[in-house]
Amino acid sequence: MSFGSGSMTNSISEIKDCKLIFLIGGNPTEAHPIVGLEMKKALRKGCTFVVADPRRIWFAQHAKLYLPVRPGSDNWLLNAMAHVIISEGLENKEFIKTRTEGYEEFKAFVKDITTEKASEYTGIPAEDIRQAAGLYATSEKSAIFYTLGITEHTCGTDNVRTIANLALLTGHIGKHSTGVNPIRGQNNVQGATDMGCLPDRMHGYQYLSDSAVVDKFEKAWGVKLSRTQGATSPTMFERMSKGQFKGLYVIGEDPVMSEPNQNYTINGLNNLDFLVVQDIFMSETAKYADVVLPAASFAEKDGTFTNTERRVQRVRKAINPIGNSKPDWQIICELSNLMGYKMDFPSPKEIWDEIASLAPMFAGINYARIEHNGIQWPCPDTKHPGTKFLHEGKFTRGPGKFFVLPYRAPAESADKDYPLILSTGRTLYHYNAGTMTRRSAGSTYKTNDCFVEIHQVDASELGIFDGETVKIATRRGEITARAEVSDKVKKGVIWIPMHFVESAVNKLTKDAYDNITQTAEYKVCGAKLEKII
Amino acid sequence: MVMVPKIKLTIDGKATEIAKGKTILQAANSIGINIPTLCHDPRLEPFAGCRVCMVEIERGNTNALITSCNTEATDGMTIRTNSEKVLKTRKMVLELILSDHPKDCMTCEKCGSCKLQDLAYEYNVRESRFFEQPDGGVVNDRNPVIQKDTSKCILCGRCVRICAEIQQDYAIDFKNRGFDTETGTPFGKSLLDTTCVLCGQCVSTCPVGSLVEKQAVGKGREWEFKQVKTTCAYCGVGCTMYLNVTGNQVVKVTSKVGTIPNDGNLCIKGRFGYDFIHHPDRLKQPLVKKNGKFEEATWDEALNLIATKFREIKAKHGPEHIGVFSSSRCTNEENYLAMKFTRAVIGTNNVDQCART
Ligand code: SF4
Ligand code: SF4
Ligand code: SF4
Ligand code: FES
Repeated sequence: MSFGSGSMTNSISEIKDCKLIFLIGGNPTEAHPIVGLEMKKALRKGCTFVVADPRRIWFAQHAKLYLPVRPGSDNWLLNAMAHVIISEGLENKEFIKTRTEGYEEFKAFVKDITTEKASEYTGIPAEDIRQAAGLYATSEKSAIFYTLGITEHTCGTDNVRTIANLALLTGHIGKHSTGVNPIRGQNNVQGATDMGCLPDRMHGYQYLSDSAVVDKFEKAWGVKLSRTQGATSPTMFERMSKGQFKGLYVIGEDPVMSEPNQNYTINGLNNLDFLVVQDIFMSETAKYADVVLPAASFAEKDGTFTNTERRVQRVRKAINPIGNSKPDWQIICELSNLMGYKMDFPSPKEIWDEIASLAPMFAGINYARIEHNGIQWPCPDTKHPGTKFLHEGKFTRGPGKFFVLPYRAPAESADKDYPLILSTGRTLYHYNAGTMTRRSAGSTYKTNDCFVEIHQVDASELGIFDGETVKIATRRGEITARAEVSDKVKKGVIWIPMHFVESAVNKLTKDAYDNITQTAEYKVCGAKLEKII
Repeated sequence: MVMVPKIKLTIDGKATEIAKGKTILQAANSIGINIPTLCHDPRLEPFAGCRVCMVEIERGNTNALITSCNTEATDGMTIRTNSEKVLKTRKMVLELILSDHPKDCMTCEKCGSCKLQDLAYEYNVRESRFFEQPDGGVVNDRNPVIQKDTSKCILCGRCVRICAEIQQDYAIDFKNRGFDTETGTPFGKSLLDTTCVLCGQCVSTCPVGSLVEKQAVGKGREWEFKQVKTTCAYCGVGCTMYLNVTGNQVVKVTSKVGTIPNDGNLCIKGRFGYDFIHHPDRLKQPLVKKNGKFEEATWDEALNLIATKFREIKAKHGPEHIGVFSSSRCTNEENYLAMKFTRAVIGTNNVDQCART
């Protein structure tokens, strides 16, 4: 990473004081509504918004500058902005000198990335790109916010680093209301990552490649550990599809709904010898399981979640588990005991104490300290107040590094047979696969059927009317959905939300992944739309 | 750091020093003096509509009554929050408000958590000296989550302002004049046909029983609920909220101003998206597939089967043929155990979350 950590560098409470917000590939009013409210506060206080998104989202409508960027072309926009900043002499020379490395190569590289060229790829007028760069570079407190519109690409990691380049170029990092902020999609995705549910690291970002780390855990856990890096979920699915993977234990996930290319996912699961799914509902994935274990919901258990600003907060048990369900932690303990490894934690509090004892960045956090308010990691000792913003004075990795990242085309885009770009995402009213919100009166009242947003010009060319049910097809499958015709989405692009089982958009998406994070490309693939006669 | 200049003032005989730019209400609160309010919500711009926060300010012989929620404290002020004049006037203000409010506390959802009821009790306002003519009543509409009783609205404007200032959705506003004034939607449309996003922010700030959570109607009053502070399980913002519980049931979700990171704000998912907890589709018993069909099993049977199968696969193919997907929906503790289980018990590093978002 450019700075040495992939989390929000600022806190939610700092958002309202931003002077400029560059929002790219994120729709906070729908996906993170309360962060959206903080941004609306900033807007009321006169903050300038520059919004880059293929859809005319709420903040696009209220932005000083709206850049309708073609899906998959963010790299051109960002590198061209860097080009403008350097060519107009708006870079922060002092910052570049004292806190970064790799500047000269970067400068040479972006020299050719002109706004005119970028305009061809992105569909944004060159002048707007120039203006966006100027606004970003010259504001006193500039913060960049991005979400899945940036990361869910085969070039997702490149995109993140290209964003970081802008912050390094201008020194807009490591200060109050100034930084680079990915907003995490799901409630505890930050926590799941922090807790080492990744094949290459233990919790607290302690990597297996460091043998001292493995030694430490072998000693603490009293067991010999494998030192070879494990497989990521895409790799596991690939091995499943070839029949080279036998057993899978899925806790609270629904890959059939959430993974791209649904047919491929289902084939993989069918090839397993044994599948266990642990969930609160009979999910689509659970249907393929050999054993389904009933889990308790968040209202039925104690524990902690870590939010997008790295704040570890308490979850408290309000009611007893429904029916014969049990909290996930208890199920894992019981299974572990049966398999001959003792896990006898009386409650989540003791589990947390073990977490804190084995990872320096959580060492100062305990249940007593977060009784009233959560604490933001890193928090190395029990006197430490937690960390509001990262990278003040210095970066985790030492000097911030500029990355030279030329454009890489998406794995698949629009072509002759599939002339539209399909992009997917979330809406305000539903959450992911919809298993929870689709069982909720308020949300289902607002939206309860799948829709496809299409630009009015494309619609009229295809003879499609607003409200009509249409067929959407890609090389992998087809679904039907209600057409929402407007000028919200860019011409040539269609957009479908991910929450609906009956029109599962992941029947359409492509199983292509970012080379580093292995995040799937949910944001671009070629598609066509047909009238149903 | 910019130094904010300080000012000195006296409230109820107590001298105090605070930063310039604060209201009298904030100054009083900062030294532990409580002034009643109805239309005030610290998240919103001052409105000064209800007049119950009236205080007396000494100005020689011409002492004045002013609303403390919108008046800036200035250097040298002498304020009295509980003089006879203040108390008498405040009581009259309450009588005026009650002249257009039904005395319906016995069946009101808000009984026990209503600010108007609390003040009427404190100031012993039983009858209003003014003519009483509350009109309107419960609106029967298809809104699944918000119930409105127009007779109970005291026109404090908090719903209107939270919708405009915080949400910036502008779904509701004041309409009509004088005694007929009410809050509502353009052309009397259903809230569902406006820009409303059903966040329920208006419900959460309404000080009386005019806007309530429909799904909780008839389920009990605030003092009957256990309020459990927890973190929202939907998105990565991680809002602090309170599950209101009676028996073994979550009947509603509430929020409090001042909590981190959301300051009492919640979205539709956090505030109204809790009905899945008690949905009949919840899995209640382990299921084992036999001949292609799921059959209920005991925990012992199910877990023993899993342990046996995983042991078999390990012995026959090796641990690297087994993987674990953990989830962003699980707690940190559970994610930690999932990765510990994978590495220490199964003996592989094949652990991941499949939605890497
Ligand atoms: S629910 Fe939200 S959007 Fe709707 S009227 Fe109330 S505050 Fe406004
Ligand atoms: S509905 Fe409630 S919040 Fe809105 S004006 Fe009436 S009393 Fe105030
Ligand atoms: S209340 Fe809404 S914004 Fe807050 S955590 Fe829940 S889903 Fe996210
Ligand atoms: S609280 Fe001050 S006038 Fe209502």
